[in-house]
Amino acid sequence: MHKALPEIEKVCSMLAEKKLIYSKYDEVAVVLFGTEETENELTKEVGGYEHVVVLQNIKVVDGQLVETLQQLPRGTRDGDFLDAIIVGMDMLIKKYGETYKGKKRLCLLTNAQFPIKYPLEGTKEDQVSTIAEHMNTHGMRMESIVVRGSLTGEANKSVMDENDNLLGIFSKKTCAKLAHVESPTSLLGALRTRKISPVTIFRGDLELSPKMKIKVWVYKKTSEEKFPTLKKYSDKAPPTDKFATHEVKVDFEYKSVEDPSKVVPPDQRIKGYRYGPQVIPISSAEWDAVKFKPEKSVKLLGFSDAKNIMRHYYMKDVNVFIPEPGNTRAILAVSALARAMQDMNKVAILRCVWRQGQGNVVVGVLTPNVSDNDNIPDSFYFNVLPFAEDVREFQFPSFNNFPASWQPNEQQQEAADDFVRMFDLAPPGKEEALQPGLTPNPVLERFYRHLELRSRHPDAAVPPLDETLRMITEPDKELLSQNRSVLDVFRSRFEVKENPKLKKSSRRFLRDKPSGSNEGHADISDEPNSSEYTSAVKVEKVGDATPVQDFEAMINRRDNPQWVGKAIKDMKNKIHDLVEDSYEGDNYPKALECLIALRKGCILEQEPKQFNDFLRTLCVFCQEKALSSFCEFLASKELTLISKTEAIDSEVTDDEARNFLLKSEPKLE
Amino acid sequence: MEIDPDDLFRDDEDDPDNELFQERESTKEFVVYLVDASPKMFTTTCPAGDRKDDTHFHVAVSCIAQSLKTQIINNSYDEVAICFFNTREKKNLQDLNGVYVFNVADREYLDRPTARLIKEIDNIEESFMSKIGSQYGIVSGSRENSLYNALWVAQALLRKGSAKTADKRVLLFTNEDDPFGSIKGVIKTDMMRTTLQRTRDAQDLGISIELLPLSWPDSDFNVSTFYSDLLGLKGDDLARFMPAAGEKLEDMKDQLRKRMFKKRLVRKITFSIANGLSIQLSSYALIRPTLPGAITWLDSVTNRPLKTERSFICADTGALVQGSAKRFQPYKTENIKFSVEELSEIKRFSTGHLRLLGFKPLNCLKEFHNLRPSTFVFPTDEELIGSTCIFIALHRSMLRLKRFAVAFYGSSSRPQLVALVAQDEIISAGGQVEPPGMHMIYLPYSEDIRNTEELHTGSNVAPPHANDDQTRNAAALIKRFDLKDFSVFQFANPALQRHYAVLQALALEEDEIPEIKDETVPDEEGMSRPAFVSALEEFKQSVYGDNYEEENDAVGNGKASETSKKRKAVSENAVKESGNYDWVDLADNGKLKDLTVMQLKYYLTANNLPLAGKKEALISRILTHMGK
Repeated sequence: MHKALPEIEKVCSMLAEKKLIYSKYDEVAVVLFGTEETENELTKEVGGYEHVVVLQNIKVVDGQLVETLQQLPRGTRDGDFLDAIIVGMDMLIKKYGETYKGKKRLCLLTNAQFPIKYPLEGTKEDQVSTIAEHMNTHGMRMESIVVRGSLTGEANKSVMDENDNLLGIFSKKTCAKLAHVESPTSLLGALRTRKISPVTIFRGDLELSPKMKIKVWVYKKTSEEKFPTLKKYSDKAPPTDKFATHEVKVDFEYKSVEDPSKVVPPDQRIKGYRYGPQVIPISSAEWDAVKFKPEKSVKLLGFSDAKNIMRHYYMKDVNVFIPEPGNTRAILAVSALARAMQDMNKVAILRCVWRQGQGNVVVGVLTPNVSDNDNIPDSFYFNVLPFAEDVREFQFPSFNNFPASWQPNEQQQEAADDFVRMFDLAPPGKEEALQPGLTPNPVLERFYRHLELRSRHPDAAVPPLDETLRMITEPDKELLSQNRSVLDVFRSRFEVKENPKLKKSSRRFLRDKPSGSNEGHADISDEPNSSEYTSAVKVEKVGDATPVQDFEAMINRRDNPQWVGKAIKDMKNKIHDLVEDSYEGDNYPKALECLIALRKGCILEQEPKQFNDFLRTLCVFCQEKALSSFCEFLASKELTLISKTEAIDSEVTDDEARNFLLKSEPKLE
Repeated sequence: MEIDPDDLFRDDEDDPDNELFQERESTKEFVVYLVDASPKMFTTTCPAGDRKDDTHFHVAVSCIAQSLKTQIINNSYDEVAICFFNTREKKNLQDLNGVYVFNVADREYLDRPTARLIKEIDNIEESFMSKIGSQYGIVSGSRENSLYNALWVAQALLRKGSAKTADKRVLLFTNEDDPFGSIKGVIKTDMMRTTLQRTRDAQDLGISIELLPLSWPDSDFNVSTFYSDLLGLKGDDLARFMPAAGEKLEDMKDQLRKRMFKKRLVRKITFSIANGLSIQLSSYALIRPTLPGAITWLDSVTNRPLKTERSFICADTGALVQGSAKRFQPYKTENIKFSVEELSEIKRFSTGHLRLLGFKPLNCLKEFHNLRPSTFVFPTDEELIGSTCIFIALHRSMLRLKRFAVAFYGSSSRPQLVALVAQDEIISAGGQVEPPGMHMIYLPYSEDIRNTEELHTGSNVAPPHANDDQTRNAAALIKRFDLKDFSVFQFANPALQRHYAVLQALALEEDEIPEIKDETVPDEEGMSRPAFVSALEEFKQSVYGDNYEEENDAVGNGKASETSKKRKAVSENAVKESGNYDWVDLADNGKLKDLTVMQLKYYLTANNLPLAGKKEALISRILTHMGK
């Protein structure tokens, strides 16, 4: 048992720590058994009950209790858990008598390795049954956590079996829970450290049809225990103020977006709901009048094959439907349905409105939970299913369509099979590791432990996870070493390497590409191979033979934004040359062709100014050099400036664009 | 009463701050729907062919309408333009022939969808022929190239915004696999060349062009005739590209609809398997509750938006607190302070990593091991080459051996144990139903699980379990009441539909709010079938026995009479007590506030008024009741 004690200290002090926050007025006692000493009231009164020590009498939880629990003394004797239970019960009865039914709780932590004493009369079983009945009449609950496996040493199997059997009687006859744990992690998770009084979500009829109803109660089965919400701390109060709360209040003010100086009182607000770009104001009263108002009810829609409802469609935390307690007929009806559903592999689909006034219906699936304990009635689990709007039907490529290099070969597949088979968390004959029901939340563990530490050492730093908690976040070293060979084979048959194409520098390059033109002057020839768009020959200047094609190819080169600028510049020079060199207008059509291409390119590249400025200077040039026939030629071909409607960056209006060449003529005179 | 809009659809304590629910959809999408409106799109080849439902045009338009509705409901900031080509009329910025950009008032060509746009697109088929008209745009003898024009218009529409912040897409719906089939020779090659160049230009500008081909079962759409060049498809791609031509038009619609979605990545995850071997996964949120959008507070006088300003005030001194970096938790007798950094340190475990811990048989994953919607993961070789191969190998092994993986996911909001369940691809006529990959199911911790089943045990009488006979009767009932082909997401959310129907009606200033059919109500008709009724009766008889109705009524009456007796007594007492006060006098002299809440409640009970609220509320209720 000593091996398990460090974890028991942790889990018990956690229980006390949470009580200090969430149920400050709870009272707790600590009883040890298997100690050298004997210290309890019963031994004084009636004798016997040796080696049971009341370490702490029943009292309201406090910091001292936490410290006591963190340093439990190690005993020397074989523990008799039944003696300890009786001592504990005796303390509860003496203190509270018949009151607080259902709120009295015994937590037994033992390895149950040593035999209990024979009773004076009757069998051990009879004795346990009598005690169990006593527990019932006094409304006590018991949780037994039996530590086994690696946490305890060798022990006599027949004794353990006998003890398991005896503890089983408790769980059959009373509100007792029995859990066997084999690892430190599951020991930490086995004890309920925070008591949450269950509240029904719904009590009423499960309607199979209007003619047949089953009375059920619905509770939460899972519900996330949240990280506590810490309050904001204000240090404004003077340190001398002993009654300072140090709390921070939040004050809301509503201000007009257009006029931030105008404060609108809260009751002058109205809700606006978004609908696309519109915001539609609706008052709460109007909204209440028109909104969807389903009636409270839980109705069966039908049954379906379990395989139709895939596990990943479960939307939320889970509810449990139990038949109305004490209602034999409801218990029978639920039991019959649950058993039939289990046999046939069916599930039921329900439509639920838990409360009157609930804003929506819930559609969900009921799965059978057939109880293997005679003491517990059969029940159903209920999971919420998505609505059509909640599902996004993204399409993914079929694995078969991936290239052959992505497909595992036979050897690889074999290695994967072995790995999946051997890297096993639930080996037969051993405790399933990391069962959700026995795995504590490491974040909460860490927080409450640190809180306790801080209360004593205000400057303590956040410690790293301890060995036990690391078992939750990291693979088990023992499991890894057991499967070393399988892992090594798996590791060696697959290869993973970083994508060399995605070097940091190239990533930056790709990202910068769309805007990039005002980047530094990277040499264009530096990036010969990174082009996405591959044309056979890379055009690097606008030539004489096919200027239009050259220009288009260049402007289409996306490997460097600088090509665009170069293309435009080259083209301008080309056009200029063509016009200047023309003899009686023989080059005009070719120049026009180039101009049209340039114009188009400039619109596409959002460089209207480049074209407009060029056309203006070209016209001025023509007029100066007595080449105004070219301007006329352009006007006749309806070539215009790039207007604002064509390219947003242009500063030229439509009229201006159209009239540019016409206007320029009179200037000739 | 003030209702928080998030509360409307929340049954319990869903955490809206939860990172998982707030998807990171920072990038938006600009989409141009380019719909071929040539006469061919309006032909029907079905024998019963004169219904307009059977045209490809109808399929395309209804897909678009559906996708617009999804967009507006999801409050996305995506912008769309709808553009028809091969039209008689033209309407576009470049004034190109045969291209018509469809739009409604108060909206730019490329803009977020509005209520009016959705309404008009829903009805477009009625007026299409008269207003827009359909005609072949590419005919021999003319140099017009409507496809080229359409692509140019689309590209011009998508000029808005930077490719960094927005995904730009053109979705081309057509049933013509050979758009230049009617012309020949140089003109044809020239046109094809320019069209391809146009596409390349667009692609170079970061615009992706996707083809959504429509076809009839007897005549497949041949992508390789022209479009494979346009889209740059080769070999294998080509085979993968073409969806199985559906038997039914409805199936094709499903396929198109699915392909219209752009997959949105939630994040990339590094999945460390063992001994330093890691692969990369992309995670997607395939299932998330769709909630009505957040509200915006408006000034009720001007209907202009308000902004909320928060200020923190020290409760002790009333001084303004600027961004307090400390939090505290009362513990024992003192306040334990933590800095924000320390708190995040406590919550931090290998952030962003998914660490494999081992495998378990599928039956270890219980029905109640669930907390929130699952996340889908799919491998990516983008940064780590070889990821996909390992993933596929594990996926196959897990499927074959019926095992799931347990892993620890160090998300920053809630580090958690997860189950990775392999899902095989499922394909139906309507396209892919379940993508291949793994679903990450968030497992509860022991603190999150409650043993509610055991709550009511403890009596000495063991509860009965059903016998074989009763179970057999239940089985007969289940057989009678089987939902054939039940699909998980066959129901539309009635509250959400109602919500948007109301908003749409208000947005369009319509008086009538259309009725929304609640698809989730049980099938009354099916339940009254004799076979079902008799199975039900037999089951009822076997578990409830003979005199169920009577007893049930008796129980009901007994309970009711007991509670009503109690209630009656209380109200009688209240009337009596209430008679002891001169309420009018007290009210006139403003002395109501001197009474205790108990005393005030006498009046309220005696007059059947609600008892809820603070003292001031009670007083004002009394005064209102008296008419003062």
